[in-house]
Amino acid sequence: MNRFWGFVRKEFYHIWRDPRTLLILFGMPVAQILLFGYAVTNEIKEAQIAIIDQARDEASREITRSMLASGYFLLNEEVDNKEGVEEAFRQGNIKMAVVIPANLSRDLQHGGGATIQLLSDATDPNTSNTLVTYASQIIQRYNLRHQSPGTAAPIRIGISTEMRYNPQLKGVFLFVPGLMTIILMLVSAMMTSISITREKEMGNLEVLLVSPLQPIQIILGKVVPYLFLAMADALLVLGMGYFVFDVPLAGSLWLLLAESFVFVLSALSLGILISTVAKTQQVALLLSLMGLMLPTILLSGFMFPIDNMPIVLQVISHIVPARWFIEIVKGIMLQGLGLGDLWVQTLILLGFTVFFLVLSLKRFNIRLA
Amino acid sequence: MRTLGVLLYKEFRQIFRNKALLPIIFIMPVMQLVVLAYAADFEVRNVRLYVVDEDRSSLSRRLSGAFGGSSYFVMQDQSVVPVHGASALEEGVADLVLHIPAGWERDLMRGEVATVKIVANAIDGTKGALGAAYATRVIQDLNQKLIEELGPRVGSAGLLQAGAGRIDLAYRHEYNPGMDYKTFMVPGILVLLVTMIGMFLASMNIVREKELGTIEQLNVTPLRKGTFLLGKLLPFLLLGLFDFALGLGVARLLYGIPFEGSLVLVFSFATLYLILVLGLGLLISTISETQQQAMFVAWFLLVIFIFLSGLFTAIENMPAWAQQLTYLNPVRYFIEVIRLVMLKGATWQDVGQQAMVVAGYALVVNALAVWNYRKRS
Repeated sequence: MNRFWGFVRKEFYHIWRDPRTLLILFGMPVAQILLFGYAVTNEIKEAQIAIIDQARDEASREITRSMLASGYFLLNEEVDNKEGVEEAFRQGNIKMAVVIPANLSRDLQHGGGATIQLLSDATDPNTSNTLVTYASQIIQRYNLRHQSPGTAAPIRIGISTEMRYNPQLKGVFLFVPGLMTIILMLVSAMMTSISITREKEMGNLEVLLVSPLQPIQIILGKVVPYLFLAMADALLVLGMGYFVFDVPLAGSLWLLLAESFVFVLSALSLGILISTVAKTQQVALLLSLMGLMLPTILLSGFMFPIDNMPIVLQVISHIVPARWFIEIVKGIMLQGLGLGDLWVQTLILLGFTVFFLVLSLKRFNIRLA
Repeated sequence: MRTLGVLLYKEFRQIFRNKALLPIIFIMPVMQLVVLAYAADFEVRNVRLYVVDEDRSSLSRRLSGAFGGSSYFVMQDQSVVPVHGASALEEGVADLVLHIPAGWERDLMRGEVATVKIVANAIDGTKGALGAAYATRVIQDLNQKLIEELGPRVGSAGLLQAGAGRIDLAYRHEYNPGMDYKTFMVPGILVLLVTMIGMFLASMNIVREKELGTIEQLNVTPLRKGTFLLGKLLPFLLLGLFDFALGLGVARLLYGIPFEGSLVLVFSFATLYLILVLGLGLLISTISETQQQAMFVAWFLLVIFIFLSGLFTAIENMPAWAQQLTYLNPVRYFIEVIRLVMLKGATWQDVGQQAMVVAGYALVVNALAVWNYRKRS
């Protein structure tokens, strides 16, 4: 046992000795969460639009004013005719063009309808949809304001909208659980696989294997420091989210940490598994990148809603451990769920962990023989 | 020139000899393109709606019926108690709660503004905002229908036709009338793939020679360092362009993504861009001691680049300082340009500015990499 801890100490020295990697390990999550916490938001404001006002009368000016006063739109004054719209779209300068027909006020006063045309850049369908809705709300409000009670039916359904839990539509609420998962994966799986493969590539592994240490002790010794690092990183991300961005922690912190520990174990065993397959660091890196990081980012529900995926991908997402972990983290942090609600996910995660551990230890032994 | 040829030959042989690297260079991009394009779907549909109907009038039922008829919404339970709506939201059973207050129909028929309330779970900001936007449209449509139906009856003189004097709205979603999310994402994903392949391969390369000690052997040759770096850079440039072409083919054949602009323009820009990305990779490689380090720096930069690139969240929505920051981000330029050119048919004049920036950037970064690479360790 003493020998084992000596080995662990050696591994720690290796990591400590390399301040650059350490800085990255701890600086990276901090920088990322700060950057994204403040920068990534889905709230659309001040979208550049062009208003082609062919009427230039009272009504058109009022509509223009209320559009610009809404805070959603910013007028691009360079585009003032229909021909310019096409070019502005092509250069990506505007998101929408509002075309107000000539004689708007007169047509309205004379009781004829008038049609305002909205051309929106739908290359991004969601933004396009949202902008059109904002604009139509503004125009509807104009209509309501000018509906004189005597003439037409004053049927006015008002709408008040509340964005609960996250009024500014910040991305950070989803980002903290996601970032935690990714960091844990990165530190545990990627770092371990690379550090073991490195010994292989350098030929040091042979030296270690002829030492009196058991192979399993060598693996564990490689893994333990990263376990600590990963947990420290998890705490860091959690703390930042909680204290800087007011991400709620509705459930139990201890449960969250325990679940993180389980997830880290499964990631570490994946790392070991990769290192048994890969012969060089480059291969280990690319394998863990393509085989672990990308599925974690893509299919875990962190960035992309799983419900929207085709069935095949939804099925595949079940074998991505991160998917279950993210469900657990979101449940604990945002909804305050306890183990009673999350035992299925926890069991699945535990199952993965045992499976990967057994598999990787087995492979490691085979390789030695 | 001959030296460069020999060097290229060596690099290519090394790459093709590496059986593990080959599938990563050739098969992975296609797989990623297939998976990502289907996964990165931010289209919001099937918004789960919970209706709290305190009014229980025929109109309020008609309103919830209108939601039931919309393809965007999936109706969850109904209730007459507001608290039920709140807890449905809290438990995550519903994404959106529509609250119709008591006396709503009465107020409406009296000509007062009768307000309904929409409460969205905005933890997923996109879903919250779009769900509310869809709901707004359903309600507005109903409002419009009611005016048309009831207008002549409620209106006094009956002189005016329903809808008279009001502004109608016609909207057209340009460039992507089918509102297909893939059309938006796939060009961006292409950029992502090229960036990842280029940056990782380049950043791991020199540092690998360092770690294995073979760099010493190269250093004692009469090779000039510019030639050496060029020899490192060119194979990856060709591989990157190959991957790009491959991805473009997949995008075209599998997804039918439109290609409005010029192929030459896209490839010229891709070349410029790759030179920049590879230069960044080389720079990382020259400052790192181990592959692990290089990998981390590359990963760190990549994540930031990707999130601040406008691929997943629009740059315009970011705060001003973050928008300024994106000007330093190479990925931003290519994503902007590839979308403009592929989807809208932008020309050299339209994207000339971006091309200039990327070219200048590439020059600076590569100069730095050459300058930073020393022949002694």
